Amino acid sequence: MLKRAHSIVVVVVGLLVLLLLNLPPGVASRLKLAVGGVFLPLLGLRSAAHSVVETASYEMLPRSTLVSELRRLEQENAALRVESALGAEAIAENQRLRGQLGSVPRGTWRPRLARVVGRDATTWWRTCLIDYGARDGAAVNQPVVTAQGLVGRIATVGHSHSHVALVGDASCGVAVLVSETRDHGIVAGGQSTTDVGVVEMTTFQQTPGVLAGHAVLTSGEGGIFPKGLMVGTVMDARPARSGLYTSARVRLGANLNRLEEVWVLAP
Amino acid sequence: MNWISPVTILVVGWLAVFLQTQLEVVRSAAGVPVSVVPALVVYCAFTHGLGMVAMFTAVTGLGADAMSGSRLGLGWVTPFVAGFVLNTRRHLLLREQRYAQFWLGLGCGIAMPLGHAALLHAAHGEPAVGWETAWQLMVLGLINGAACPAFFKAWDGFRRMMEYGPEPTSFQAGQREMKRGRG
Repeated sequence: MLKRAHSIVVVVVGLLVLLLLNLPPGVASRLKLAVGGVFLPLLGLRSAAHSVVETASYEMLPRSTLVSELRRLEQENAALRVESALGAEAIAENQRLRGQLGSVPRGTWRPRLARVVGRDATTWWRTCLIDYGARDGAAVNQPVVTAQGLVGRIATVGHSHSHVALVGDASCGVAVLVSETRDHGIVAGGQSTTDVGVVEMTTFQQTPGVLAGHAVLTSGEGGIFPKGLMVGTVMDARPARSGLYTSARVRLGANLNRLEEVWVLAP
Repeated sequence: MNWISPVTILVVGWLAVFLQTQLEVVRSAAGVPVSVVPALVVYCAFTHGLGMVAMFTAVTGLGADAMSGSRLGLGWVTPFVAGFVLNTRRHLLLREQRYAQFWLGLGCGIAMPLGHAALLHAAHGEPAVGWETAWQLMVLGLINGAACPAFFKAWDGFRRMMEYGPEPTSFQAGQREMKRGRG
């Protein structure tokens, strides 16, 4: 027989769990972020330690290395300015032509830098935490990328931090197309968390033309990710047993195991 | 000073959940975020009351939910059930023996994540479960099996150091004793 005190504890815990599981989604999300707030001092400590180590490492660099790095960056900056000017001209022309054709102008995105401060605490999801929250303009479903490719989308937003659902997570399926063959497909959610650098893609029909080395891009369907973002490269492709579609393993462009800084695309 | 032990176990649990979200290199090498919470639950259940077990599992379970894609509340269930079973059966278990602590840590290291995955699945959460899950559970089991006796040893030493001990007997006490009898 259970002691009276034990029974009280069990009943209280049971009621609290039932209450938490039956909260409306909005309230549960806010409460989850509030509970996550208990880790903010540790996240702040981590960021402070990171910046101290970074500053110390810069202090130790010899002046000659810094000067040569500065010159290289100046040259790169100048080249990027020229490319940006040419790109801006092309975008303006594209918008003008789309306007003349009567199609909807494609939205422009402003990239915002964010730092990855934590990974998922469990083994069941592919998520990470970034230091970019509502105070910085974060909103649910904003795409997150690196220079190498798509990372995921913002799943929940707190005041100073946001959770990002990575590509392949149960809450982050991505509509894709193979650049060389223009075949459409999908990277579904619920994929392995052991090797987060590889995801499984399925095309919508049997596509023998999809080969290893082909580039996989976002197709823009679904409305969350803009069209043309690099997702990864096909490692191998094989027809499904039913013969109705093709399955392919895709090596993601962005290294999700070594994420440090990411770009959030704000509309 | 009896409050020190419960407070330290809560703080260590809080840090353990935070470290699960860090230590990228260890996570990549092991293929799983390393969690020592199951070993801490075993220690907590054997050395504290059920109220403390409920509080500890709330801090670690809800904390892990908040730092993951899980639904808030599900992460509290399995650690509490494990802690409850161990706490109410602790008089039947060889809790002083190191090998028993190892096997209990190993068992909880496997059973708790497995139970959590089953709950997530039941709640239509689609957790990422596959063949690699067996490897992940084995790693977690061995880590918690090794961590459990280490926690017992470290905390027992800490408790002895911080808590009031029995009053030492004075060496004069024997001399003051009244001799009775005819001798």
